[in-house]
Amino acid sequence: MSVLCKMTAAAALAFAAGAAHAQVSDGVIRIGVLNDQSSLYADLAGQGSVIAARMAVEDFGAAKKGMKVEVLSADHQNKPDVGSAIARQWYDVDKVDVIFDVPNSGVALAVNQITRDKGKALIVSGAATADLTGKACSPNTVHWTYDTWMLANGTGNAIVKTGGDTWFFLTADYAFGHALERDTEAVVLKAGGKVLGKVRHPLNTQDFSSFLLQAQSSKAKIIGLANAGGDTTNSIKQAAEFGIVKGGQNLAGLLVFITDVHGLGLNNAQGLILTESFYWDYNEQTRAFAKRFAAADRGIHPTMVHAGVYAGVLHYLKAVEALKSDDGTKVIQKMKEIPTDDPLFGKGRIRQDGRKVHPAYLLEVKKPSESKYPWDYYKIRATIPADQAFRPEKEGGCPLVK
Amino acid sequence: MTEIFGVPTQALLGQLLIGLINGSFYALLSLGLAVIFGLLNIINFAHGAQYMLGAFCAYFLLNKAGVGYWPSLVIAPLAVGLFGMLIERTMLKQLYKLDHLYGLLLTFGLALVIQGLFRNEFGSSGLPYPIPEALSGSRNLGFMFLPNYRAWVVVASAAVCIGTWFVIEKTKLGSYLRAATENPALVQAFGVNVPRMITLTYGFGVALAALAGVMAAPIYQVNPLMGADMIIVVFAVVVIGGMGSIMGSILTGFGLGVIEGLTKVFYPEASNTVIFIIMAIVLMLKPAGLFGTQK
Repeated sequence: MSVLCKMTAAAALAFAAGAAHAQVSDGVIRIGVLNDQSSLYADLAGQGSVIAARMAVEDFGAAKKGMKVEVLSADHQNKPDVGSAIARQWYDVDKVDVIFDVPNSGVALAVNQITRDKGKALIVSGAATADLTGKACSPNTVHWTYDTWMLANGTGNAIVKTGGDTWFFLTADYAFGHALERDTEAVVLKAGGKVLGKVRHPLNTQDFSSFLLQAQSSKAKIIGLANAGGDTTNSIKQAAEFGIVKGGQNLAGLLVFITDVHGLGLNNAQGLILTESFYWDYNEQTRAFAKRFAAADRGIHPTMVHAGVYAGVLHYLKAVEALKSDDGTKVIQKMKEIPTDDPLFGKGRIRQDGRKVHPAYLLEVKKPSESKYPWDYYKIRATIPADQAFRPEKEGGCPLVK
Repeated sequence: MTEIFGVPTQALLGQLLIGLINGSFYALLSLGLAVIFGLLNIINFAHGAQYMLGAFCAYFLLNKAGVGYWPSLVIAPLAVGLFGMLIERTMLKQLYKLDHLYGLLLTFGLALVIQGLFRNEFGSSGLPYPIPEALSGSRNLGFMFLPNYRAWVVVASAAVCIGTWFVIEKTKLGSYLRAATENPALVQAFGVNVPRMITLTYGFGVALAALAGVMAAPIYQVNPLMGADMIIVVFAVVVIGGMGSIMGSILTGFGLGVIEGLTKVFYPEASNTVIFIIMAIVLMLKPAGLFGTQK
């Protein structure tokens, strides 16, 4: 082969590589939904999040636009080691471009680091810890739906203001529980309240009576449940059994999803005050979404986690389309540049620290007599505007914020 | 107020009682396992699923047929027990001549299938089941409020446990059962229908699990995964008590409930590991379990 021929070939190769660089890697955008599909968080995220992701791909019209999108899913079993192994395999072997959801803050923090190392993208909906946009923030991560600061600020504030100034925490003993307890405690102390005690229970505990008894003897006015899913429903149910509320103490469910309320029944859940960033019965668009979603997911109405996955996928695909690339770091940057606009959360934006901002709702669970149709569970007590719903960017300690 | 290790005695009394209540579920479940293992030599990994089936059975009876808690206490164990006998007749029977491992694998597989089907249908958040009218409310014991329902659970399960122990260890029927495990051919030669006895025994063990399930329904959510969470602990209880020892499983069930309860006061973070730590220690010092005999 002549020298010229070799050079031409090399130039052609270089050109091909350059051209490919500005395209979607291997021609397919692979979305991996990683969450708990078999245990206590399976209803509030689980297969529902996979359904939400598929709905978003369809609604975005990816096929019509000539974009090839695949949705994969896996069960991390609430174990950071299992979640990390799946994330690595997805990124290294299965050519996954972006991971979604990842409830369980422990797993999310692990996947957050791996995603950053691999230069991919992570869009968190299910996990709560505000550290994801604080000290653990990453240029490859967007935290979409809610976080512990939002919950503490919404529910915690509302309760302290109505006289609940002494607290006892029942905390799930892992990253999420600790973060939620820390953020709520800060709110309580700032408002002049006191924390009389706390107890940390293992994730996925069946019996809370022992912990409730400790809470009862603390004489605190408010028992703050810094846990989620099955742990919260069991705490609430057993608190009723031990006459906690009758005895003059009140429960604060710091993270309660609509699926938990459904599982508890309004009889057990009525009067609970909680904060969420999405309620299916909010407007025409959310209702239409809920109807389609419920038809696909055993009648379950979407939680804010499902809504976050849907809206996140839409916005991610918009960014990929605008950028004509699925390079993780660049897409996340692009997502921060374009304002967000979707049928479920309305207009909003993503801050430099990765925090998606939108309004949050302070909700109260209806009495059985007030509920007129299936899944009619909440009254909206207040709307917390987007600029107040989340921790101010400067206070999080995120190194990306200058 | 007097204190023990910084915890007021009164609070401690409450925690001891709570431990006893949780222990009664362990005792009831491990009893069923011990009966099935002791008399049939089957390691019944489907026990957790059968416990869950009991709870679901009660839920369906209430919500579909309007049958309340009390009749469910009888109907649900009977129904689930019959289902167990069906499994024994059609599947487990084939495995008696093989190693224990095969029975374990079969029942484990069954448990996964049953739990998977229920989770698919009913999700993981669980379904509500109310406390029966007659037992709602609680009484003030001075050191704690004891919900009436929990008091009932302790009494009922202790009664069932002791009754079962009595039948197996002290009656003629029990002696047949034990003889049939030792030497089935000889007992059959005396005119006892051994296969039928084995089927009924398995059915009884399963019914015990279902009974525990019904009793658990008002306290915990009726949840497809309730058994999966419980079964591992219960197996540890059986191992500590000594595989197949009836009295051993009852006493360890209650005892470990109390130890777990105390852990929740002094070091709550370890409350779901303490039983396994004890199991490891017991296995090192006394491999046959506290009440087991080396065969």
